[in-house]
Amino acid sequence: MLKPAFNYISYIETTAEALWDALTSSEFTTRYWFDTSVISDWKVGSPVALVIRGLTTDVGEVLEADRPRRLAYTFHHILNERAMRERPSRVTFVLEPRDNIVKLTVTHEGFADDSVVFDGISKGWPAILSSLKSLLESGKPLVIPFDVLDIAELDETFHA
Amino acid sequence: MKTDPFKPTLVYTIYIASTPEKVWQALASAEFSQRYFFGNSVEVDLRIGGAYIVRTPDGALHISGEVIECEPDRKLTVTFNVNWPALVEKLGPTLVTYEIEPAGDAVRLTLTEAHDRPISDDILSGGRSGWPAILSSLKSLLETGQAMVIKMEPPKQMLAALKKLGIATP
Repeated sequence: MLKPAFNYISYIETTAEALWDALTSSEFTTRYWFDTSVISDWKVGSPVALVIRGLTTDVGEVLEADRPRRLAYTFHHILNERAMRERPSRVTFVLEPRDNIVKLTVTHEGFADDSVVFDGISKGWPAILSSLKSLLESGKPLVIPFDVLDIAELDETFHA
Repeated sequence: MKTDPFKPTLVYTIYIASTPEKVWQALASAEFSQRYFFGNSVEVDLRIGGAYIVRTPDGALHISGEVIECEPDRKLTVTFNVNWPALVEKLGPTLVTYEIEPAGDAVRLTLTEAHDRPISDDILSGGRSGWPAILSSLKSLLETGQAMVIKMEPPKQMLAALKKLGIATP
């Protein structure tokens, strides 16, 4: 693993297919991912874009897409001045079903030591993945204001 | 006890559709903890210096510790020592902190595991795989009324590393 890296494990009562669809379909992502559409055709080599209310925040390229087991894409923030100068990072989702529960492991790595994107994603992923779990298990996502994440660098960008 | 020498080895944050009071109760109640903590029950005397104990489903002492910080509905810090012979002697105490903060309509629960000396990744792997399962189940229980039944492999990497250090494990 390339350090610094962010690792997060969540156990979700769902199927691997439903979890895959929730990670890859904008219809779902807008509900739990701070209103973000995640747009791609999910073919290896295809572009990925994260779009919040018409504003593209991050772009990348699909590296792996093995439904419903493994998904990986590069991740390059393009809105914040400091963050856009950083090299792209890489996020990988591994889905492991067992009985009626899926173990989801998210690894986001490949950051420079002083990366502002690393700070942002480290605070963002637990909120996004918690809301995803709520949505799949109870039908209701969480209502978490973006401000509570306390991402200083990116807050300025979104409020500018 | 001085907590200064303790450095975090694991920080796990989870957001739960609940209230700080209910999350606090879930962390500190024996009956509740049995449902999300692999059947283990937490018995805690909620005052600084009070005992913190976790018993396995058969009643055996699994973890023993002491309350270091106690701010109801906000923060609980305990020593969290697995009751295996020579473990504390060789690895030192483990410190576990739960912090509860309101986050919109939800609650942010942050678990921190900390140690006062360097601990190998092999040994830390036990907590890194166990805590997400325990806290995922806690979240489900508070949100849906149903805890999760998560089947875990034994933490082989950790058990092998402990054995190498001469720490007897069950």
